[in-house]
Amino acid sequence: MIAFNKYYNHFNLLSSVLIVVSLLLLIFKGLNFGIDFKGGTLIELRASDSKINVSSLRDRFNQMDLGDVSVKKFGNDTDFLVKFENKDNKKNIIEEIKANLDKSFGNNYDFRRVENVGPKVSAELLKSGVIAISLSLALMLIYIWIRFEWQFSLGAILALFHDVIVTLGVFSLFSLEINLSIIAAVLTIVGYSMNDTVVIFDRVRENLRKYSDVKIFELTNISINETLSRTIITSATTLLALLAIYFFGGEILKGFSLAMILGVIFGTYSSIYIANTVLVRLRVSQKTVLREDDQNKLN
Amino acid sequence: MLYFSKLRIVFITLFSVLFILIASSNLFKFDDNFFDKKINLGLDLQGGSYLLLEIDNEPVIEQKLQNLTTTIRNYFKEKNIKINNIKIDNQNIFFNVSDNDKQSVLDIFQDENSDLNPYYPRFKSHQLEIEDIGLNFKVNFSRQGLIKLKTSSQDQAIEIVRRRVDEVGTNEPNILKRGNNRILVELPGLDDPMRIKSLLGKTANLTFRFVTNDENDRFGVEKLKFENELEEATVSKRIIISGENLLDAQPKMDTQTNQTIVSFTLDRVGAKRFGKATSTGIGKQLAIVLDGKIISAPVVRDTIASGSGQISGGFTFQTATDLALLLRSGALPAPLEIIEERTVGPDLGQDSINAGMIALAIGFMLVIIFMFVKYKIFGLITNVTLIVNLFILLGVLTLFEATLTLPGIAGIILTVGMAVDANVLIFERIKEELKDETNNILAFDGGYTKSRTAILDANITTLLAAIILFFMGSGPVKGFAVTLGVGIFTTLFSVYFIARLFTSIYVSRNKNKEKLI
Repeated sequence: MIAFNKYYNHFNLLSSVLIVVSLLLLIFKGLNFGIDFKGGTLIELRASDSKINVSSLRDRFNQMDLGDVSVKKFGNDTDFLVKFENKDNKKNIIEEIKANLDKSFGNNYDFRRVENVGPKVSAELLKSGVIAISLSLALMLIYIWIRFEWQFSLGAILALFHDVIVTLGVFSLFSLEINLSIIAAVLTIVGYSMNDTVVIFDRVRENLRKYSDVKIFELTNISINETLSRTIITSATTLLALLAIYFFGGEILKGFSLAMILGVIFGTYSSIYIANTVLVRLRVSQKTVLREDDQNKLN
Repeated sequence: MLYFSKLRIVFITLFSVLFILIASSNLFKFDDNFFDKKINLGLDLQGGSYLLLEIDNEPVIEQKLQNLTTTIRNYFKEKNIKINNIKIDNQNIFFNVSDNDKQSVLDIFQDENSDLNPYYPRFKSHQLEIEDIGLNFKVNFSRQGLIKLKTSSQDQAIEIVRRRVDEVGTNEPNILKRGNNRILVELPGLDDPMRIKSLLGKTANLTFRFVTNDENDRFGVEKLKFENELEEATVSKRIIISGENLLDAQPKMDTQTNQTIVSFTLDRVGAKRFGKATSTGIGKQLAIVLDGKIISAPVVRDTIASGSGQISGGFTFQTATDLALLLRSGALPAPLEIIEERTVGPDLGQDSINAGMIALAIGFMLVIIFMFVKYKIFGLITNVTLIVNLFILLGVLTLFEATLTLPGIAGIILTVGMAVDANVLIFERIKEELKDETNNILAFDGGYTKSRTAILDANITTLLAAIILFFMGSGPVKGFAVTLGVGIFTTLFSVYFIARLFTSIYVSRNKNKEKLI
């Protein structure tokens, strides 16, 4: 049996630091919102001429007065991703750009993807993203509140907040782009992290009924160990699937799968070191679950 | 938990085979009507254009209010009530009447049978709201009045958009209403939406009006620019004929001048008015105005009574074709703005499909190898289940003709990774049971029973997340929610029916074997 409980305090401290640092990053550095949430234009361009590179493209685009322009390689040497604000929301901007690029590069390039999101739409997408995440957290809260005693709910929700905040913190730290698919990833993380926590909690509750003389400090450790192989196997297979998406699923899914990979790792960690320690700190005992059982009987 | 009746075994087998067949139907082309359902590929996979258009209703509201001022004035004139100082400011109509008439004006506006101010009994609201603000009356559209106005201009606009898109002839366009002032246009297979965008961006409001130098024209005048933005002309506001009077418009080559022109045919009313105007206006310049710009302003040389004519304005064949198309399909009630555009080229779509399939294959292989190494014979059972699960998932998606997107493929891969969870929970529980239980059957039974709540909890939480995503997400992300959500149900089915069936067969044959798992 591994003594997970020996490090409860250490990891609680670490998690607190991670959360504080993430929050500071989110407040002061902020998130790198993609055009979905910030508005603007994105062009994925494939070149068939080696003259077309990041610097020549940047030159061209900077001459066009498009506001902030970012040009990056996208996956391999011939693909580029160009993003700009399009702050005046010009109508025929794509045609203008094409005409302009034709002058310098002939037709040795091809627009593979064009996305243009107006300021109104991006504001709405951001709003619905925030609502979606808040709504999912609220639903999880209600679900776990129905299924478990309040101490468990608190533990699970703290673990969820930890996962979401720290994942976003990593995105802020490395200035990774937040787009629509990241919202999907965060929601899936919420589901996964909850899933992982609930499996351990289920066992904790079962053990609380079984052993009257074991302290919660020990009991959580027993429960973690009993479910440990399941925790490892499930997170391993999920990570294998996600790594396959990350490495082979193409550039578009990179951010999505990275967010999910982080989420699975944090989710597994928080089920053990946040959700359970909340139970320990709230001194959950056999009485906590038996009281509820009695009430259910009365009803 | 381990007992299966014969009937149930037959049912499970049939069900699985059915879905495997449905899923594999995507690989073949059935020409007959026997089974023609298929998984749709999202625009991000097959390539195409997604355009979200917003109707700018401001000019419509302005126009309606403008008309209303005349209606109000005439209406009360008949009732011998004098309306003074009527004016429009910031989408409100202001006017005043003498103190004696105030009450009767209010009564008319608030009468539920009033023909001046329609009443919508369903919403318990009038079209217009009137407010007595001391000196003046203030009249504006009520909430319901505005909604009616917006939906009616949306209805008109979507019809025009559909006609224009159809005229260009793309395959299977998808044109839908969004809210009460937006239109969504999905154009599969279109990798350069430039032409459609420019066609949808034009209101195509065509009018024929005389050029005048008379500043005191009875209808008022306005200065308009020519298409080339250089010249200007003063044009009367009196409309001789408008786009509504057109029956047909076609691009043509003028054999005499060798110019491309647009020839048009007028309806009866239009032909009559055009004939009259050209007979009285010989020698005058007739301006052809499109969306506030003069295309050309030819001098009337002859009476045109035939009801047909032509527009010349230095067109190329393409611009003439487009103008004819716009004129044929009619004017939009209000300008449209493209507020969101997402276009994916077909080769990127194919690349995404390939990458998604490779990732799926590799993810699948990794999980299968992992499970086999970890659980041996039971890993094998899990793996067979996983494959059947994948087929059932694809079968369900086919049956519902769901749209598969790139994130949707990611959802399938993720389902593969998470689908083993239920089996792992069961197997681990059985291992624990076997520690104090020597009877294999009892231990397996206990494992299944005791792991049930955890499995249910785990899947419900993921399902909740998927449901929210489905309702809040758009396009590709919705595709992810669909595969993730459907995946949960197919996983539970395959774990509790297929995997359990195999497990029960294996366990009953090896009842007395030690270290079964």
